[in-house]
Amino acid sequence: MPLPSWWRAVLPEDWEEGGFGLYLHWPFCQSKCPYCDFNSHVSANIDQDRWAQAYLGEIDRIGALTAGRVLRSVFFGGGTPSLMEPALVDVILRKVRATWAWANDIEITLEANPTSVEAGRFAGFRAAGVNRVSMGVQALNDADLRALGRRHSLAEARAAFDVARGLFDRVSFDLIYARQDQTPAQWERELREALAMAVDHLSLYQLTIEEGTAFGDRFAVGKLHGLPDEDRAADMYLRTQEITAAAGMPGYEVSNHAKPGQESRHNLIYWRYGDYAGIGPGAHGRLTVGGQRMATEAHRAPAAWLEQVEQAGHGESLREPVDGQAQLTEMVMMGLRLHEGIDLARLGRLADRSGHDIYSNINGLRDIGMVDTDGGRLRLTEQGRPVLNAVLRRLLPD
Amino acid sequence: MTDLDHIRNFSIVAHIDHGKSTLADRLIQETGTVKDRDMKEQMLDSMDIERERGITIKANTVRIDYVADNGEAYVLNLIDTPGHVDFAYEVSRSMRAVEGSLLVVDSTQGVEAQTLANVYHALDADHEIVPVLNKIDLPASECDRIAAQIEDVIGIDASQALRVSAKTGEGIRATLEAIVHRLPAPRGDRDAPLKAMLVDSWYDAYLGVVVMIRVMDGVVRKGDRIRMMQTDALYGIDTLAVLKPQMVPIPELGPGEIGVFTASIKQVRDTRVGDTITHEKKGCAVALPGFKPAQPVVFCGLFPVDANQFEDLREAIDKLALNDASFSSEMETSAALGFGFRCGFLGLLHLEVIRDRLEREYDIDLITTAPSVVYHLFMKDGTVRDLHNPADMPDLTLVDHVEEPRIKATILVPDEYLGDVLKLCQDRRGVQLDLTYAGQRAMAVYDLPLNEVVFDFYDRLKSVTKGYASFDYAMTGYQEDNLVKMSVLVNDEPVDALSMMVHRDRAEMRGRAMVEKLKDLIPRHMFKIPIQAAIGSKVIARETLSALRKDVTAKCYGGDATRKRKLLDKQKAGKKKMRQFGKVEIPQEAFISALKMDS
Repeated sequence: MPLPSWWRAVLPEDWEEGGFGLYLHWPFCQSKCPYCDFNSHVSANIDQDRWAQAYLGEIDRIGALTAGRVLRSVFFGGGTPSLMEPALVDVILRKVRATWAWANDIEITLEANPTSVEAGRFAGFRAAGVNRVSMGVQALNDADLRALGRRHSLAEARAAFDVARGLFDRVSFDLIYARQDQTPAQWERELREALAMAVDHLSLYQLTIEEGTAFGDRFAVGKLHGLPDEDRAADMYLRTQEITAAAGMPGYEVSNHAKPGQESRHNLIYWRYGDYAGIGPGAHGRLTVGGQRMATEAHRAPAAWLEQVEQAGHGESLREPVDGQAQLTEMVMMGLRLHEGIDLARLGRLADRSGHDIYSNINGLRDIGMVDTDGGRLRLTEQGRPVLNAVLRRLLPD
Repeated sequence: MTDLDHIRNFSIVAHIDHGKSTLADRLIQETGTVKDRDMKEQMLDSMDIERERGITIKANTVRIDYVADNGEAYVLNLIDTPGHVDFAYEVSRSMRAVEGSLLVVDSTQGVEAQTLANVYHALDADHEIVPVLNKIDLPASECDRIAAQIEDVIGIDASQALRVSAKTGEGIRATLEAIVHRLPAPRGDRDAPLKAMLVDSWYDAYLGVVVMIRVMDGVVRKGDRIRMMQTDALYGIDTLAVLKPQMVPIPELGPGEIGVFTASIKQVRDTRVGDTITHEKKGCAVALPGFKPAQPVVFCGLFPVDANQFEDLREAIDKLALNDASFSSEMETSAALGFGFRCGFLGLLHLEVIRDRLEREYDIDLITTAPSVVYHLFMKDGTVRDLHNPADMPDLTLVDHVEEPRIKATILVPDEYLGDVLKLCQDRRGVQLDLTYAGQRAMAVYDLPLNEVVFDFYDRLKSVTKGYASFDYAMTGYQEDNLVKMSVLVNDEPVDALSMMVHRDRAEMRGRAMVEKLKDLIPRHMFKIPIQAAIGSKVIARETLSALRKDVTAKCYGGDATRKRKLLDKQKAGKKKMRQFGKVEIPQEAFISALKMDS
């Protein structure tokens, strides 16, 4: 039964369970990596002033829709945002500060490539207010860095990482594993090295072959060899969980590991299905406006986005309501990635509102040991975690 | 009305792809029966499926007006018959309505199995046969060699064989002349009481049932009251027409003529092919011999993928049955597949054609279960039962013995593949009856159990001979053998739609092949799944499908939510193409692919 409107005003809105964050997309890279399916473009001439105006205009627009909210995080993603001028980051963050109240522990992350050029900007980013960097190191040997199409050497990456560690309290880096011809023993050695380097956070992704990437094309014609089969990939995944946990950096999400308390606050907003504004080419957002959760998408092509912001006053290519079932799907799909799982009461409210019974599915999955519901939360078990997609297909209503 | 001397009735017999329909098209075109601008490729194949597959399923007829070189006008009635063995009954009954045949042989290929089967039907019907060597425009054409082969293999004189290219039109005129001068005119008595043979009937959405007849004696006119002698039903003729190939009304049909009538008949089942039609009053005394109705020999289950389409399927089957009395159906319930129909067909091609029509013309996605033949169960209590569905096999203690249908198969194959063909036949429990050579081709004749043939024999034959073998068969009768029901258990639950009758000696092999196939066809689940084949409670083969170990998206952030959600929705939609069986999801195609054997 729908709640009377006065009731709704009293109850917190669903997004508040996850909080509110801001994502800013910088779409440019120096080169395109063969595994990457993100919205990134290689361009020589970028008028950073013009881009600054566009970002500021978008922040104003989103600010008006979300007045009074407390901002928990800002995330500069890309592309390669470490190619932005520190002055541009500074002007954006000043605008953000003027637009929303900041949480005391606001997290401001910038994604960076570990090259010497970019390391030279780190001090400027810090001065602008960035308090966390996430570095795309990807591999800890030169041959594999080249195979992954990275422009930096291992030595360069280590040097850039040291600069970052000296400047920022919180530093994360990414590695890709289950790479071509990588043995479990090789990965284990590399992972131990990584843990020795790590500050407080690590993202460890198994190589995924995405359509529309150079790797995807090679895979489609059978020219990508040496990828692990399902059993080996599963073994490597489980071993990774054991080693990181023993080293005090346990997994808290499918591919993310942190010292307790140092989880990525920004990404937690996604996984806890909070609200997030997406600004910049191709950026996606989820925003609750007038009690209705909306999905937004911006134009992917940088030039088109820029022009539309300048001419139409917004960069969105799509804004549509996310219906009850889609919200349920997204909440479960995102929330089960976290070891903490999903609050069953919250899940129940959404399921009831969209008229779906997922309890019998939950029970079926619990019977075969894939999920547990202890402490009022729906969580994957150790056994369920590596097969999340199969759990989702079984769990969600048709 | 045309006098007997100026009528010629004929059919064309050929192996598939030897150019029968193209030749028919040229005859129609050459005589101006159909204006060039109305001409479609393969004029007589009226169904989409017929035109697409290049096969003829229903007999079709056209009346051709032809002025011969001698200046006289003739009426040529062509009955274009199906070439495929499944429709052999149509061939043989259509042949009874005409006096001669053109035997079309591809001059680049030579005599094939269907050539033989069909020419025997023509000889059975006492036809005069004119050999036609087709495709003489092709460089590989070898008319002299093929003519000699016709004399060798079939034993008819081919010295006067016509040399034709139906594609270019060369030799078409000579063919028309040969029809007039080498085929006999029909005989009949105009003054005798009406005696006409019911050659075929079909349902037309506008006209109701259309009945095709060949008049033997007497004259039939529009408005006449007629009697069907076998069914003893009375009708008044509403319209009388000839086919050119569309219906053209005609006031009367006399002896030797072929035409159609309508008489407010509701369904095809009310007409019996081979029946004798006479006048209600002053009818003829002795009926024509008639034909045995065609019996379905292959059965399978048809189930809608979407259970909500069951009623649509029922309606579609009823509509198809209106026009095809040889196709039978009864409701069936399967634990695995829900509600559907057990349908009987004349053979595998018939099955495929009907299934294609249901899917295409009625837009119903179907799951087809493994084809099965009709077994005779001799029960201990002395009764005999027909078994159409292996799932219905009664407890073995009640059955004394089982008989299965057998066929005589004729296979023509180039020498080099003969070894593989013999091995295939041997593996399928075949008994060799004959093996002869004609040039570089061998002709193997085998006695085979039909149940070894219905599933994938033809596919296997094509693959071991790279498509160079031709195959034809005729049912020969029933024979006792050691047959048992093999059931399949997935996750310890029997899957009724996968149970099958097998020979005891072949059971282990079939069972092993089946569980191995299923292991590949069923996707990994979150738990391990035992897959077993069993006879009664005895497990004869077992495989274990190991549990899914890894299926998780490595990266999923805010920008991925929409795309990953849509991907998940798509995967869930794909799940609907699976059948839930206990806790296990089995893909639809598994029900048919699991039974295909690789050796």
